[in-house]
Amino acid sequence: MEFTRNNNNRQLLSKIATNDRHGENTPYFDGWKAYDSNPFHPTQNPDGVIQMGLAENQLCVDLIEKWILENPDASICTAEGVDRFRDIAIFQDYHGLEEFREGVAKFMGRVGGNRVKFDPNRIVMSGGATGANETVMFCLADPGDAFLVPSPCYAAFARDLRWRTGLEIVPVDCKSSNNFRITRAALEEAYEKAQSSNINVKGVIIANPSNPLGTVLDKETMRSLVSFINDKSIHLVCDEIYAATVFGSPRFISIAEIIQDMDCNRDLIHIVYSLSKDMGLPGFRVGIVYSFNDDVMNCARKMSSFGLVSSQTQFLLASMLNDEEFVGNFLRESSKRLAKRHNVFTKGLERVGISSLKSNAGLFFWMDMRPLLKEQTVQAELELWRVIINKVKLNVSPGSSFQCSEPGWFRVCFANMDDETVKVALERIREFVHQGKEKDGVSEKSKHWRKQNLRLSFSSSRLYNESLMSPHMISPHSPIPQSPLVRART
Amino acid sequence: MVAISKIATGNGHGENSPYFDGWKAYETNPFHPKDRPDGVIQMGLAENQLCFNFIKKWVMEHPEASLCSAQGVAKFKETALFQDYHGMPEFRQAVAKFMGKVRGDRVKFDPDRVVMSGGATGAHEMVAFCLADPGEAFLVPTPYYPGFDRDLRWRTGVELVPVVCESSNDFKITRNALETAYEKAKEANLRVKGLLITNPSNPLGTILDRETLKGIVKFINEKNIHLIGDEIYAATVFMEPEFVSISEIIEEVECNRDLIHIVYSLSKDMGFPGFRVGIVYSYNDAVVSCARKMSSFGLVSSQTQHLIASMLSDDGFVDSFIVESKDRLFKRHKYFTWSLSQVGIGSLKSNAGLFIWMDLRKLLKEKTFEAEMDLWRVIINEVKLNVSPGSSFHCNEPGWFRVCFANMDDHTMEVALLRIRTFMLKHNEAMVPQKLCRRSSLKLSLSRRRDGFMSPSIMSPQSPLVRAIN
Repeated sequence: MEFTRNNNNRQLLSKIATNDRHGENTPYFDGWKAYDSNPFHPTQNPDGVIQMGLAENQLCVDLIEKWILENPDASICTAEGVDRFRDIAIFQDYHGLEEFREGVAKFMGRVGGNRVKFDPNRIVMSGGATGANETVMFCLADPGDAFLVPSPCYAAFARDLRWRTGLEIVPVDCKSSNNFRITRAALEEAYEKAQSSNINVKGVIIANPSNPLGTVLDKETMRSLVSFINDKSIHLVCDEIYAATVFGSPRFISIAEIIQDMDCNRDLIHIVYSLSKDMGLPGFRVGIVYSFNDDVMNCARKMSSFGLVSSQTQFLLASMLNDEEFVGNFLRESSKRLAKRHNVFTKGLERVGISSLKSNAGLFFWMDMRPLLKEQTVQAELELWRVIINKVKLNVSPGSSFQCSEPGWFRVCFANMDDETVKVALERIREFVHQGKEKDGVSEKSKHWRKQNLRLSFSSSRLYNESLMSPHMISPHSPIPQSPLVRART
Repeated sequence: MVAISKIATGNGHGENSPYFDGWKAYETNPFHPKDRPDGVIQMGLAENQLCFNFIKKWVMEHPEASLCSAQGVAKFKETALFQDYHGMPEFRQAVAKFMGKVRGDRVKFDPDRVVMSGGATGAHEMVAFCLADPGEAFLVPTPYYPGFDRDLRWRTGVELVPVVCESSNDFKITRNALETAYEKAKEANLRVKGLLITNPSNPLGTILDRETLKGIVKFINEKNIHLIGDEIYAATVFMEPEFVSISEIIEEVECNRDLIHIVYSLSKDMGFPGFRVGIVYSYNDAVVSCARKMSSFGLVSSQTQHLIASMLSDDGFVDSFIVESKDRLFKRHKYFTWSLSQVGIGSLKSNAGLFIWMDLRKLLKEKTFEAEMDLWRVIINEVKLNVSPGSSFHCNEPGWFRVCFANMDDHTMEVALLRIRTFMLKHNEAMVPQKLCRRSSLKLSLSRRRDGFMSPSIMSPQSPLVRAIN
């Protein structure tokens, strides 16, 4: 018997398995190839591509390592902790370890400036924030329903919110002209547009602090949001996973705090949280769903069976997060280090005439490369991007991958490298900018680009390599390990 | 009333069955050898607790397996940052090796096909998402694990069609039963996309023989439908006949490998349900690729991957563990079934699993499921044992109960057996072999409390579906 594999597969597999909604077939992935085939290493590969496309928080891991060595009973594998091994290894109760929930609730409260108390009994686990976002969607909406999502937004929302749930995303375009604020008008417009196209909007999902902008929402905007969803009786999901990465003012305000002072139906309010960014532990898959709606909480808890946090990890984190002294110190130090790193980068870029959106949170900044675009198109943005990857050898993320409606913006991550690498990255950018200036004969004193004079000519043939232009499949046997969607989250 | 999803408001989570009433009794009065010697003994949880001292010893001798020890902390940073959905290579290699060893090294598993998931619970859901569209169906032989109703159907919209197996031939999965189920699905306008078998079986504790397996592979091949083999109890086969995996059969029978998928986990074989180590192993490249992308929704904690990688790549430990585990399960099973037979209680002849399929048909007032539930309440309230009634496993015949034996120490086992003995002597003398009757002079008066157990109850934390899998 002959088996024709590909045709057979199309009929044999589900629609979900054969569609593109996992999001990995975008041209966006081409750039990762350059990094993977030539990753930077300070000594072994000093000319390699520096990774600035991964939103990882590596700045405070030393504090965690120190704590771990001082608290051996937090592990079920040490002499001090092994007596708990059995109880923990068999613990699969989807309510989660009580101490774990208490620790997380306390941490969330602390991160919100202790202005709100989070109830440990509302803490529901999930497979990372990736799993949390998907679970919340499964609880709130039916296939075909939609959520409004302000853009620019986290690239993988397209997968997490839509892929297996069958939901749709309706973007709410935010503009640089008002610093990408989420206005009531923009929300209303998106809502009306959806409704008139017979798309049933079930809610709004925001990330605060914002990925990719690195900004926090002010009180007014948040109140306006709550008022909007309350009026329409639709849900508000707040992804607050960068809450503790706020390193300057204004302070972070959790949605939990806003609803304390507002008349609003709490059954519409839900928070997604995680320790992947705030603590730099993405590998531990600690996702949290915190809903003010009892039915949603109960449903999400039942669904958590599909992605519980490993009890070994719950045990470790319960111990860590209940150590109030450690937590206080960690949060203070983390903010300090993020602020410093952010400052080094943004100031360094300013000195060569590159500006970025004013931000005070996140593990990245939103770099403004609009002056460098040949024309204000996504195509030009992607071309510039390829130059940055191949010539400047930095892997940054183009704004189009975040559904930004304006070309020319790039998200640049800064917390996933050591100080030496920072210097190298800045030096490369400086070089690149100066080369450009020299070619134009522009005076070094000039800080602003004149679009029409800008010509970037490069002899590198890798620039317009055909293979980089076309989308490609990621096969099971030749994976791109460093790609953002390979990581559960970027 | 705020509008939430249909999935959230429906009953697809499966926790609203009367089945859950019984758990309340255990919850409110759990057995403890010292603190609560009259409490209800938990025999409804398929957990493997027999080898922890063995594992603990290894853990103590290998501090580098932990990220938290002085020897292991150097790996902390890279591990804590590792969220690649391919999984740590050492982890995949160790799991692939373990799967091979559990099958007597008769088959080799490819580490590149090992895909992670949120426990076997997540693995099943993931496979369903990959293979079927909402409204399509899988065939599942009865009796089967109650969690399948949720795992395969709840969020996926996939249907399950039972393949009815009868006690008259030891619940064998016959070609006839398969064809009947397939036709039935067709009549109901359900497109069958696959067949899910659990081998070794939960709740039967039996393994599928080679002929049956070959027949199954031929069947799915002919119908061009998928075969999903849930082999999470593979290492719990403690006695002859030897376990035969689907992975072995496809080497012997010509078949389209794109139809073959295995679900695995360390929850039963190693007794680590808390660690959420689920595995999808597919022979279909597109499914591997898709499942891998989906695994982002339920990856194994890298901290746990690190521990497991270390443990399972220790060949000496693994070989000894497999042998030791089988030995302890064998002894426990033998003693338990023998003790039951002494008081006239039989069970399906089994050689695997963490439970036995107890035959209490003769104790039923009548051959109905209602009578089964009545008997069950008596067992919970009078005998004070939480066992699982066959109806919860979709068994087509009333009177069968699944009884777990690997989740307790020897003393608790003795107490459980004494209670059964006492109950049988007091109420069912006719069933007990004569020699035991004459010897015994036990007279116990048991209080009969029937209040409060008829009504459905709120989900309690120890209930089986609260545990991700049981």
